[in-house]
Amino acid sequence: MSDRVVGIDLGTTNSLVAYMEGGPSLSHPDAPAGSLVRIIPGEDGSNLVPSVVALDREGQIVVGNAARPHLIETPERAVYSVKRLMGRGVEDVKEELKFFPFQLAEDLVPGEVLRMKLGERSFTPPEISAHILRQLKKNAERFFGAPVKQAVITVPAYFNDAQRQATKDAGRIAGLEVLRLVNEPTAASLAYGLDRKRNGTVAVYDLGGGTFDVSILKLNEGIFEVIATNGDTHLGGDDIDNLLIAIALEDIAGDMKLDLRRNGEAVQRIRQGVIDAKIALSSQEVAVIDVDLPGGAKYQRQISRNDFEELIRPVIDRTVGPCRQAIKDAGIAAEQIDEVVLVGGSTRIPLVRQLVRDLFQREPHTELNPDEVVALGAAVQANILGGGSEATQDMLLLDVTPLSLGIEALGGVVAKIIHRNSTIPASATEHFTTGVEGQTSVAIHVVQGERELAKDCRSLARFDLKGVPPMPAGLPRIEVRFLIDANGILHVSAREQRSGKEAEIQVQPSYGLTDEQVENMILESFDYAEQDFAERQVIEARNEGETILAALDKGRHSGAWLQLTPQERARIDQAEASVRERRAGNDYQAIRHSIDELNQATMRLAELMMDTAITSALKGKNLESSDVEDGPAAPHPIGKAEFE
Amino acid sequence: MADSQNTTATFVETDPSIHQCWSCGDMRAAQFCGACGKVQPPMPCDYFNFFGLPRELNLDVAKLEREFYVMSRKLHPDVYARSTGREQSWSLEASSLLNDAYRTLRDPIARTEYLLKLEGVHIEEQSKSATEQARVTGETKKQFVPPDLLEEVFELNMQLEEARMNNTMGENDAGLIRQLQQTKAHLEEKLNQLGDELKRAWDDWDALVRRRLIGPTDRSRVFARMVDVLNRRTYIRNLVRDVNEVLGI
Repeated sequence: MSDRVVGIDLGTTNSLVAYMEGGPSLSHPDAPAGSLVRIIPGEDGSNLVPSVVALDREGQIVVGNAARPHLIETPERAVYSVKRLMGRGVEDVKEELKFFPFQLAEDLVPGEVLRMKLGERSFTPPEISAHILRQLKKNAERFFGAPVKQAVITVPAYFNDAQRQATKDAGRIAGLEVLRLVNEPTAASLAYGLDRKRNGTVAVYDLGGGTFDVSILKLNEGIFEVIATNGDTHLGGDDIDNLLIAIALEDIAGDMKLDLRRNGEAVQRIRQGVIDAKIALSSQEVAVIDVDLPGGAKYQRQISRNDFEELIRPVIDRTVGPCRQAIKDAGIAAEQIDEVVLVGGSTRIPLVRQLVRDLFQREPHTELNPDEVVALGAAVQANILGGGSEATQDMLLLDVTPLSLGIEALGGVVAKIIHRNSTIPASATEHFTTGVEGQTSVAIHVVQGERELAKDCRSLARFDLKGVPPMPAGLPRIEVRFLIDANGILHVSAREQRSGKEAEIQVQPSYGLTDEQVENMILESFDYAEQDFAERQVIEARNEGETILAALDKGRHSGAWLQLTPQERARIDQAEASVRERRAGNDYQAIRHSIDELNQATMRLAELMMDTAITSALKGKNLESSDVEDGPAAPHPIGKAEFE
Repeated sequence: MADSQNTTATFVETDPSIHQCWSCGDMRAAQFCGACGKVQPPMPCDYFNFFGLPRELNLDVAKLEREFYVMSRKLHPDVYARSTGREQSWSLEASSLLNDAYRTLRDPIARTEYLLKLEGVHIEEQSKSATEQARVTGETKKQFVPPDLLEEVFELNMQLEEARMNNTMGENDAGLIRQLQQTKAHLEEKLNQLGDELKRAWDDWDALVRRRLIGPTDRSRVFARMVDVLNRRTYIRNLVRDVNEVLGI
């Protein structure tokens, strides 16, 4: 079990890491035999790692739940929703900056990759994402007690080349080999498709924190073939929050004569308040936005579900166009869709569910937790890439490119060379020539998008075909091959055919990090990434020991204990003593070994406990006393890990 | 229209190239080894060849899809995620070719256009290179109006102009809209007829292929017909698009 491949959902609001394996054990007594995929929780027991990164006063990076207080306490040292900035240039994010308290570094030069200020330092979006990935990697390593080096990372289906490249760079900076970027809705369909292999047409509606995707897939004997995808990379729960924040700020400006728009701390407190109210409104008819403002004042406002729905309808309605387009591109009618799957936290909103019902004339599936389903699917794909298992051996994902690829032709018009919804990998070969006698280089501008004019599309790269042998105008014949790989990332190669000379091409991504920059970032972060791995392992193994001992303590008081044979009990006692003894030492291997022994010895106890009614009583009691999320994904549901 | 560059019989029979698998030494079918299933180094071949199909235009799309799935399972990069870099790059090449081939062949129009291109025939009106050329030289691209539509097109353009005017003024002329809908229905019927006509051209071509020797006269005759149908089709489709645009569909 050396080369584990994990699945990662690098989300706008929350990120998760998941893994696919089998069988229950004492540490995972709740895992049903059929459920092979699980979320790996962090050391705080939470499945979700909030996508928040902060630089604390000591200059240490903190991530996730630990970073959240910084959003309020030191908003200038914390950043959230960084996914919105991945692969984008300064020009693109002007709109975002109106709503988000992102601080750009002051010394940015045009054409450079964005850098955001965190206290006295600045980071590019891939570096910030890398911190989140590193946390997830750490969580997985803690879970396995072994290094994790390979991952599948999900991206919104509608992400363009630059956004995908930025995500892949983030993985590299975090010390992960990204085996594949998988589209989020496609991953979700894999998670849903795992235990019911059937044929048919499925639509996935994925409304997350910051992005919206819709994908239509054809399922055939384990092949998941995406036939059309559409979306909006700037549409999600954040937009709903921003509407509510705007109302609150307006109220406060009117009633209290306070302009808090520039007050980072106040805005963050309001943000948390409106999010709580938004979530409450998914199950209640009325909720109260309740905010303690800095300085002691209090802001409260009641909001009914009706008012809320009226407010957010324009945002939700923006998902209709992409859905219709996807159905049209798939060449089917809405009635021909057999199943609809909901993904993303925002699909908990009743109005969203109603819209999906109306649009697809079908009751959508919500069996899997919409926050976790993408990570679970990523773990399934990770399993497939890692060599597969019995459950995944027939599964194959055929995805598409969400946007057309084109070249800017004379007059700024786009000549499309690979159309959207083409199955990837996909390629196209184009021929270019010179316009002037003796010309030795040809400039090519590659764009992505559906619009007619290059200026309305996303510029992917400008590059020069250099080293063209000098010939009369129009005589050179340069063959350029464009290849979109299975990650949705473009590769370009060129050849001058008359002379047979390989042209030297420089592909300069319009908004991307160069290879060299990424290498430097990896080096910079090397110390951090490999920081005291051994030491961390020991601490984590000790904690795991603590957890299993606590679990055993509970086991001894359960009815299941009495059903064990004297030999079994003796074996447990012996293994327990060994864990207690070795836990005091510093030998990771020894601790690990004793824990494995104890796990082995208690296997039947765990099974018995599962089978008895006592388990449920125990489970109830323990869930109360710990923050552990329920479900098969929690690592130690019968005892919480304690950290010193 | 049909610009036959080759004047001699040029049809090449599907080449069942026989090579040895680099991995197990056995014979291979095409892009992967028939015995051990491993991907093979890319070999230049056309889309028909890739699927082991003759260069015929009547094609069983359901069967093509099944083939596509079978080959995807052999060639997709996911299958080689942990293989050597060499196999990974072969799989990337082979599966992109597979996808390109499937996408082209499953669509009747793309398939016809592809065959014409393979056979060295330019489709003047709709080829991208013609458009490019027009851009470079600054000439307006030659507009080809099917003779049987001349009168109708003239009338339609007037109606479209009037309807556009109404749209900008916010006026609604129910009679005009009804006329446009009728014209559209008629155009769509024409498109269907063209589909049948294209099918007959396919049958002619396929018959020639099966005879295994294609004379230059037969060849240019059948290609000229295809080009003619495709051009008329493009023209009518653009008209339908214009009508839809005005009707807000």
